[in-house]
Amino acid sequence: MIRFLAGRVAFAALILLVLSTFVFFLFFVAPGDPARMVAGDKATEAQLIQIRANLGLDRPIHEQYINFIGKAVRGDLGFSYRNQQPVISLIANRLPATLSLVAGGVILWLAVGIPIGIMSARHPGGFRDRLGQGFILIGLSFPTFVLGMMSLYVFYFLPRQAGFTLFPAGGFKAFWPNPAIWAWHMALPWATLALTTAAVYARLTRGQMLEVMGEDYIRTARAKGLSETKVVFKHGLRATLTPLVTQLGADIALLLGGAIVIEQVYGLQGVGALAVQAVNNQDRPIIIGVVLLGGFFIVLSNIIVDILYVLLDPRVR
Amino acid sequence: MLEARHLSVSIPTEDGTIHAVQDVSFSVEAGGLFGIAGESGSGKSVMMQAILGLLPFADVTGEVIFEGRNLLTLPPRQLQKLRGARIGMIFQDPLSSLHPYYSIGAQITEAIHAHEKVSPQAARARAVDMLTKVGIGNAAERFDSFPHQYSGGMRQRVMIAMALVLNPPLIIADEPTTALDVTVQAQIVALLDQMRKELGTTVVMITHDLGLLSNVADQVMVMYAGNRMEFGSSAAVFHAPSHPYTAGLLASSPSNYAAGEELVAIPGRPPSLLHMPAGCAFAVRCAYAMPKCATQRPPLRRFSDGVESLCWLEAPVEPIHAERAAVSGRNADATAPVVLKVDNVELSFATGGFFSKAGKYEVLKGIDIELRRGETLGLVGESGCGKSTLARVIAGLIPATSGSVLLDGKDMATLDHAGWKEMRKRVQLVFQDPFGSLNPRRRVGAIIGDPFRLHQVASGADRKWRVQDLMETVGLNPEHYNRFPSEFSGGQRQRIGIARALALNPALIIFDEPVSALDVSIQAQVLNLMRSLQQELGLTYLFISHDLAVVRQVCDRIAVMNKGKIVELAEAEAIYTDPQNDYTRTLLAASVVPPPQKGRGTRQLVETIWGAPA
Ligand SMILES: Nc1ncnc2c1ncn2[C@@H]1O[C@H](COP(=O)(O)OP(=O)(O)OP(=O)(O)O)[C@@H](O)[C@H]1O
Ligand code: SF4
Ligand SMILES: [Mg+2]
Repeated sequence: MIRFLAGRVAFAALILLVLSTFVFFLFFVAPGDPARMVAGDKATEAQLIQIRANLGLDRPIHEQYINFIGKAVRGDLGFSYRNQQPVISLIANRLPATLSLVAGGVILWLAVGIPIGIMSARHPGGFRDRLGQGFILIGLSFPTFVLGMMSLYVFYFLPRQAGFTLFPAGGFKAFWPNPAIWAWHMALPWATLALTTAAVYARLTRGQMLEVMGEDYIRTARAKGLSETKVVFKHGLRATLTPLVTQLGADIALLLGGAIVIEQVYGLQGVGALAVQAVNNQDRPIIIGVVLLGGFFIVLSNIIVDILYVLLDPRVR
Repeated sequence: MLEARHLSVSIPTEDGTIHAVQDVSFSVEAGGLFGIAGESGSGKSVMMQAILGLLPFADVTGEVIFEGRNLLTLPPRQLQKLRGARIGMIFQDPLSSLHPYYSIGAQITEAIHAHEKVSPQAARARAVDMLTKVGIGNAAERFDSFPHQYSGGMRQRVMIAMALVLNPPLIIADEPTTALDVTVQAQIVALLDQMRKELGTTVVMITHDLGLLSNVADQVMVMYAGNRMEFGSSAAVFHAPSHPYTAGLLASSPSNYAAGEELVAIPGRPPSLLHMPAGCAFAVRCAYAMPKCATQRPPLRRFSDGVESLCWLEAPVEPIHAERAAVSGRNADATAPVVLKVDNVELSFATGGFFSKAGKYEVLKGIDIELRRGETLGLVGESGCGKSTLARVIAGLIPATSGSVLLDGKDMATLDHAGWKEMRKRVQLVFQDPFGSLNPRRRVGAIIGDPFRLHQVASGADRKWRVQDLMETVGLNPEHYNRFPSEFSGGQRQRIGIARALALNPALIIFDEPVSALDVSIQAQVLNLMRSLQQELGLTYLFISHDLAVVRQVCDRIAVMNKGKIVELAEAEAIYTDPQNDYTRTLLAASVVPPPQKGRGTRQLVETIWGAPA
């Protein structure tokens, strides 16, 4: 187990190294002069040379690369071209909003998607199945953006016109000191995120459950005289956990790297919003930082999923 | 104990409704062993599962009385309480019937907790106790193991322990031994029998193994296409079957024959259950069929010895053995040229990986065999003994680690490319699984024509003509040239495999369990085909099987293999009458053989029930 883990971590580090190398060279060959972005249009040639020297941009490329990697390993991703703040602290400021969004969203979409999937699979072809399939179809075909706009209209705009505030229009409030305010602000983003993603999980659960419930060991469980609840949840659902965990790992990792659409719609100052601003501003250190953060979450979730596999499936132990 | 009246089960599917069980009645006596026999797909499993409410989508009608209550109208919760506690069930496939993610112990104690309020410690103690009883060594330590850490035989024991742990008065065992080796089979059957005697349990045993049933069952019921064809005491039914189907099944069993005799096979194959025939379900395959059989449902005949038969015949059938084909002589000729010589062949695989210590796993430990033209050599042994590996070595698919394989006197190891290609023509393999070994997306004509194409022997119209000729030879309709494998039955698919093997006039055909996936009646057809081809074409066979009765029937000489070694090699008859090796004796003792039919004795027709048969 230890060796397995060490191997996975080493592999993850390698992936991140390759990723950083890739983004570094990608931005090095990209057009545009960083010094001009930092100094603005009115800078003189002397100022530009000074800035290049400060940023180390006048050094040969391999030196710049070694410098970049060396700092990155120590957690220093450089400074924003725009406001000269450390990239790391910029990202750290944005993480709470993204984390809040993802944490609540995950709980909500699992709580909605899995039961719908199970209900559908328990009565294939029946009324409840068609209901579940309808949900899946709607959830999958609605763009997040449209759903977000619609819920803002219904839950914020209409009540405001009627003269009261049902939900805020958006913005992020810290968890502390008042969790209720935090949750109130997060409610619409959560619901929007959860509804579309729940459809994916309902479909996955339905497919897996349909297959598992036809397995011989489910028949054995029934023949033992177990209650239907036990048969479905303890024996059926248990066997579908592995694919669910795989999907969940990938989804969480992607979202932690920035839930761009939802953060934009609800004005949440999260990592996704940061990324959008950075792209608009051509602020390369931040873009690199966000890309690396996303890569970090993906390799981390891969390691966690691998560990969960081992815990979940005795056959691979 | 358990009484079913006019039980019918139909299952709606996409293709239409499957009438899996049609109007079946039976009663199981307390303390007895009630056997249900019949070919694959005859509805045995469906019937018992429907009784216990395990087929949620099936449409079940009739009455099933157990402990004074009709199981079919019982509310689901009450039925659930009966399952496990009052009626235990053992399933067909021990490999897939245990949950892969829970430990053996947890799965057994779960059954206890479902019905009784006991502490986890008490449940564990009982489960360990039961596991010990069914023959799991140091059960306390193996309690927390997972199913994949148990062998097939052990898993079947676990299933039995699970069914017995609540000491239910009735146990339904669905093919409890089919997936297992003969020696393990014998142990499991003995175990069930012992439990039955110790605990007074009533057992309903489903199996297609007639030899097994004749030895252990008190009463038997023979099913065909969802119908109860014959019912009676085991002794009466097996000694003198009254229904043509039962008689046909017994006649198809190789163990009822002397070595080398032509089997009397039932022609054709079981009907589709999608349409209920107007008359007798067996009519198209029945040797005694009368015109009215095809149009009118047969009545139930009851005989003086209690045997009941669903048939138009008023008298029991004549024993089919009276009309046996003459014994055809052995093919072996001691002076014929040697086709294959396997000399001290060893094979080992490297085990262990990059980091762990490298080891060596020996599969074959010095094998010597010789095969002469026109001869059939049988290779028997339990699963995992290396039979199929040896077949692959002989076919040149895996090189031997040491030793030599000589085909027509040429050493395989020294062949150049052209020689190797030639050798691939000379040795052909036919595999066990007639469903998995044919590409489902290719037409049968193309599959059989493959050898011609690969070896550039024939093409175009010539190839088609030769393929159709081959189809004719193996008893397939040449007009089915353009069909896909899925449109053929198991037996027909095995014929396709044989036709493909025959294409290039091979010197040697290796059959790896060619009939073990087939039902007795179909198996007999394939075995007869193999024999007649051998005689016509002078073929040489290496016949691998775990079924001793089959091997004895078709082979001139038999090699018994155990743990990578040939422990005994002798004339077929000699192996059976005078085994020299302990392992051979164990194998023989484990295989059960149905008793010979003795003729109908003094059986009289006492009653005929018209209309809806009981
Ligand atoms: N769940 C199901 N849905 C649809 N058809 C089914 C189902 N289970 C079984 N059948 C069909 O019912 C018929 C009877 O099957 P059953 O399993 O009872 O046969 P069996 O006599 O037990 O055969 P075997 O010896 O192979 O176990 C077959 O035609 C089978 O294809
Ligand atoms: S009813 Fe006719 S076809 Fe059916 S088994 Fe009897 S004789 Fe044969
Ligand atoms: Mg069955």
